[in-house]
Amino acid sequence: MRNFIQFLYRGMVVILITFFLLIPFATPAEAAPVELPPLPYDYDALAPFIDAETMQFHHDKHHAAYISKLNEALEKHTSLQNQSTEALLKDLSQVPEDVRKTIQNNGGGHLNHSMFWQIMKPQGGGTPTGALAEAINQTFGSFESFQEQFNQAGLGQFGSGWVWLVSNPQGQLQIISTANQDSPLMQGLYPVMGNDVWEHAYYLSYRNRRADYLSNWWNVVNWPEIEKRYAAAQA
Amino acid sequence: MPFTQAPLPYDFGALEAHNMSAKTFEFHFGKHHAAYVTNLNNLVKDTPMADMSLEDVIKASYGDASKAGIFNNAAQVWNHSFFWNSMKSGGGGAPTGDLAAKIDSDFGSFDAFKEAFKTAAATQFGSGWAWLVLENGTLKVTKTPNAENPLVHGQKPLLTLDVWEHAYYLDFQNRRPDFITNFLDQLVNWDFAAQNMAA
Ligand SMILES: [Fe+2]
Ligand SMILES: [Fe+2]
Repeated sequence: MRNFIQFLYRGMVVILITFFLLIPFATPAEAAPVELPPLPYDYDALAPFIDAETMQFHHDKHHAAYISKLNEALEKHTSLQNQSTEALLKDLSQVPEDVRKTIQNNGGGHLNHSMFWQIMKPQGGGTPTGALAEAINQTFGSFESFQEQFNQAGLGQFGSGWVWLVSNPQGQLQIISTANQDSPLMQGLYPVMGNDVWEHAYYLSYRNRRADYLSNWWNVVNWPEIEKRYAAAQA
Repeated sequence: MPFTQAPLPYDFGALEAHNMSAKTFEFHFGKHHAAYVTNLNNLVKDTPMADMSLEDVIKASYGDASKAGIFNNAAQVWNHSFFWNSMKSGGGGAPTGDLAAKIDSDFGSFDAFKEAFKTAAATQFGSGWAWLVLENGTLKVTKTPNAENPLVHGQKPLLTLDVWEHAYYLDFQNRRPDFITNFLDQLVNWDFAAQNMAA
């Protein structure tokens, strides 16, 4: 019995010591390895506008591949593991050169897609409300004119990339497009919302018809989430 | 005289047995390639470029931001025609003759060439192309983004692979490495590459 108590006591000491030793490694931000965030709805939830097969490849294969390449790069430089992907993309010049492009591409791929799943939802669409609706009207004239300009920018992005509604450092809205997985954060712009115009985002359903994908996409837009992102950008 | 789309050198279904489907050709040749031709003609209409050769339009518009649309479409017209010819039914395998000897001497071995080509094609991030080119008398493997091609870099292209997602998404989805291996094993038209080297 006495031995048993001693055994328990020693066990607790070992657990406590291990706990305190681990504290310095527990980081508040985003420690490697970065994990694939689960899709916040079923694969078929955005049908018929985005089909289930596309969602499955897009999330389980494409997004997952960006994460595994991002983690490979982070493993080479443990100092980067204490920083969020956002922080790395905001100042790529501080990222060691041997992994800079990999982090730009795959860190961007991870963040862009993480946002993308959140800003869509089943039974989405409609129009924004509140401060965002006002800012859109003020900046673009009307919601319809905003949609038109956003679609045009998405159509005009030659090759793979994204079309964005961003908030600039003065808090003003702008529509931009970026190549490949470049995040607006790299230019000091906050991504309020963005649509993926890589062919993998639409090819299984829409083939070469990117314009149709862009106009249908508005049916799955999650305005409450985008309004939250806009508020965060203004804060 | 407007630019025209050269016919596909084989039927839409010709490479079906080699994992490039008729469906892919229906869109890749019938829609993507055709759209580049239409867009180019619209963009150069009533300008001096309408009377230039396709190669000259590509070289004259490259690097000029105001002519980016012309460059992209002109180069994509040229790249796709070159790509169709870079493949044939019953292709793949290894080259022979002068080209085989040149590959051995410039890359070390045919396997080393294949590795270099696979790496270039797999690591072109986003849309683009992988190439076998001749530069100052030496064979090289290169990759280019979007519409860019070896003509604007003073290189002679021998062979190309389209790695835009539209080139493989219907047949291979996200598996670009499998698409590349399939191209090398079953599709490469080495006769075309040898002719280009000799020309
Ligand atoms: Fe994507
Ligand atoms: Fe293509």
